[in-house]
Amino acid sequence: MTPTQDPGDADGPYALSHLDALEAESVHIFREVAGEFERPVILFSGGKDSIVMLHLALKAFAPAPIPFSLLHVDTGHNFPEVIAYRDRAVAQHSLRLHVASVQDFIDDGRLRERPDGTRNPLQTVPLLDAIESNKFDAVFGGGRRDEEKARAKERVFSLRDEFGAWDPRRQRPELWSLYNGRHAVGEHVRVFPLSNWTELDVWQYIEREGIELPEIYYAHERDVFARDGMWLTAGDWGGPKEGEQVQRRLIRYRTVGDMSCTGAVDSDAATIADVITEIAASRLTERGATRADDKLSEAAMEDRKREGYF
Amino acid sequence: MTSTTETQTPGAGELSATSLLRFATAGSVDDGKSTLVGRLLHDSKSVLADQLEAVEHASRKRGQAAPDLALLTDGLRAEREQGITIDVAYRYFATPRRRFILADTPGHVQYTRNMVTGASTAELAVVLVDARNGVVEQTRRHAAVAALLRVPHVVLAVNKMDLVEYAEPVFAAIAEEFTAYAASLGVHDITTIPISALAGDNVVEPSAQMDWYGGPTLLEHLETVPVGSDPSQEPARFPVQYVIRPQSAENPDYRGYAGQLASGVLRTGDRVTVLPSGRTTTVAGIDALGTETDIAWAPQSVTVRLAEDIDVSRGDLIAAGPVPEPTKDVEATVCHLHERALRPGDKVLLKHTTRTVRALVKSISYRIDIDTLEQRGDAQELNVNEIGHVLLRTAEPLALDSYSDNRRTGSFLLIDPADGTTLTAGMAGESFATRAPAAAANAEEGWV
Repeated sequence: MTPTQDPGDADGPYALSHLDALEAESVHIFREVAGEFERPVILFSGGKDSIVMLHLALKAFAPAPIPFSLLHVDTGHNFPEVIAYRDRAVAQHSLRLHVASVQDFIDDGRLRERPDGTRNPLQTVPLLDAIESNKFDAVFGGGRRDEEKARAKERVFSLRDEFGAWDPRRQRPELWSLYNGRHAVGEHVRVFPLSNWTELDVWQYIEREGIELPEIYYAHERDVFARDGMWLTAGDWGGPKEGEQVQRRLIRYRTVGDMSCTGAVDSDAATIADVITEIAASRLTERGATRADDKLSEAAMEDRKREGYF
Repeated sequence: MTSTTETQTPGAGELSATSLLRFATAGSVDDGKSTLVGRLLHDSKSVLADQLEAVEHASRKRGQAAPDLALLTDGLRAEREQGITIDVAYRYFATPRRRFILADTPGHVQYTRNMVTGASTAELAVVLVDARNGVVEQTRRHAAVAALLRVPHVVLAVNKMDLVEYAEPVFAAIAEEFTAYAASLGVHDITTIPISALAGDNVVEPSAQMDWYGGPTLLEHLETVPVGSDPSQEPARFPVQYVIRPQSAENPDYRGYAGQLASGVLRTGDRVTVLPSGRTTTVAGIDALGTETDIAWAPQSVTVRLAEDIDVSRGDLIAAGPVPEPTKDVEATVCHLHERALRPGDKVLLKHTTRTVRALVKSISYRIDIDTLEQRGDAQELNVNEIGHVLLRTAEPLALDSYSDNRRTGSFLLIDPADGTTLTAGMAGESFATRAPAAAANAEEGWV
C-alpha cells in the first residue's frame, strides 16, 4: 500500500478506502483482546462472517499464529460443506478447535428437541457450558450492528454475566476506540470485531482478499421445499413434512446457520462479483430474507440476547 | 446495503472503493430526528423491502395512515413502549460515493452522556432544530457537546421548514444565531441547511419549495465533506497494543510492535521516541498486516519493528515529532457517565490508549453548565451527564497529548476498579478552543 492509491473519492494521498478503515478497526479490536484477556476464543460457524473474522485475526498477528482457539457450536444440522470447510481451515492454520455439540446435550437429557425441529434456539446452553468449562473470558462473535434493530445498540465489547445474559441497561458506554474489557470472575465479554461492517462490506472484502468460502454461498442446484416463504434444504432434520413439495432449484445461501432455519434464495450468482451485484440490487435485508429465527417476533432477537444467545 | 433503485443497479466495480464517514445526529424526538434519520435511510434507498413492510405494518397497527419513518430506527422494546430513544444506536447506509456510519443519539438533557459517546467517534455532527422554535437551550447544548468533543464539522439542519411556509428569513435568522454561537465555542466548519424531514425537502432530494437555497442537500454535503485529517501535518503517535514474537523456525528473531496509528505518518528510518521511558531509536521496518511496507499512516493498523532491541511493551507509545512530556498530573475536562457520582478522593483506573493505570481524583476544579457554559467552582461531586474540569494524579506517568491536538491520544476513560464499570470520559487539557490554553508541557508545539 502506498499513499498514492486512489480510494474512490480521494481526499488526498493519505485517504483510506472504507474497507481499509474497517479492516484497521477490526484488527485493532483483535489486538486489544489479545492484550487484555487471558483466554479468548473465536466463535466459528463456517459462515462467511466468522470466516472473515478468522482472516482478520490471522492478519492481525502475522507472522505469528493467532493467540486464540476456535469454538464451534454444532447443532447437528450443519451443511456438510460447512463442516468440511471448518476442518480444512483448522488444519491449514494449525488452530485448536473446541466443538460444543447440541446433539450431546439432547442425548444426555440436558436439552429437549423442539416440536418444530429447529435447533438454532438450543445453541445457547452448549455455548455457555463451553464458555464456563473452558474459562473463556472473551468470546469473538461475527455479529454486525446492521443486521437487526436490536443489534444497532450492541457494543463492540459486550459484557455478559455468569448466566451469559445481556442486560441493555448494564452495557457500558463505549467512547473513541477505548474498549473496556474489565469483568469479574465468571463473567465474560462478547466481542464483535465486525460491528461496523455491512453485508456488502463483508462481500467486498471477501472479493478483495480472495477469501475462499463454502460452496453453498454460490449458486448451485439443490433439492429444496418451501416453508414460511423460504426455500429450505430437504434432510433428516425435519423436512419436508406432509404437503411440502420437494423441487430441484438453482439457489444459493446468503447466510449460513443450520439447515432447519436457513433459507436459500433463487440465484444464479456463481462468483463473488455476481453475489455483490445481486446484493447491491437486493430489495430484502439479509436476515429478513433467509433467517426464520429472526422472524419469531419483533422483539425476538432482544429476548434471545438476554438469554445469552449472540 | 447500498443505494440502488430497481431500474439502475451499480456494478460491483462502482461500489468497490469509497471512503467512510462517521457522523452523529443530535436532536430530540420533538425536532423530528427519528423522521430525519428514517428519511435519510429511506430516500437513499438504504431501507429494504422487508424493513419497510414491517414499518408499514406497525404504522397501520397504530392507526397511522402513512408509514412512520421514525419506526425504522426504534430498536429496543422499552423504547418502543415509551416512544423514546434511550441509547446510542448505530446505523449504516451507503451511496455510490461513500459509506456512512451514523451514531444516532437522543437529545434530552439526561442523555448528554449518549451524545458525548456518539460524538466521540464522529467527524461530523448534525444538530437539528425546529424552524418554529429556533435556537433553544438544547440546541446550544448540542453545539457545546460537538465543540467539546472537537467534532471537526458541524451541520445545522433547520427542520420543519414546511411549517413556517418555507420562509427564507426564518431560516436565515436561525442560521446566523447558531453560527455565531458555535463559532464562539471554537467550531469553525459550520454548514446550515433548511430541510423538511417529513416532506423530504433537502434531505436527499433538492427542495422545489426553497429555490432561494442554493446549497447542497444534507446527503450531498455528507457525501462531499472531507473525511479524516491530513496525517502528514500531524506528529506520529503509535500506541503499542501487543508484542508479536513468533519464535518459530521461520521467524526465530522477529519482534514486532502491533498497533494502530493514532495520528501522523511513520516511515522506515524515522527517528522515534518510546514513551514513557524516553528511549530513542529508529524504525527498522513496517509490516502492514503481513506485507512489508516502508510507510504507514493513521488510522492504519500495522506492526512496527525497531532498530535497537529496547524494552517496549503494551501500553508504551512510539512517537515522532514533538513528543508529550509524560506526567502523573492530569488536568482534564470530563463527562461523567454513571449514576454513581464522581468525588474527590475516589480511587479509579484510568485507561489511556493501550495503558491502564491507577489514579486518584484529586479535585473537581469546576462544573460546566453545558447550557450556559457557566463555570461553577463549588462542585463537590459530578453526577451523571454532568461535565466538569478535574485534576487527577496517576500511579504511573502517562504520555498524554492535549485532546484539542489529538482526539485519540488526548482521551481517556475512568473505570471503577471494583466492578469494571466505565464511570467517566476524559479529555486532557482545556474544554473549549476559545478559552486561554493552559500552560502545558508541550506549549511550544505549533501543530494543530
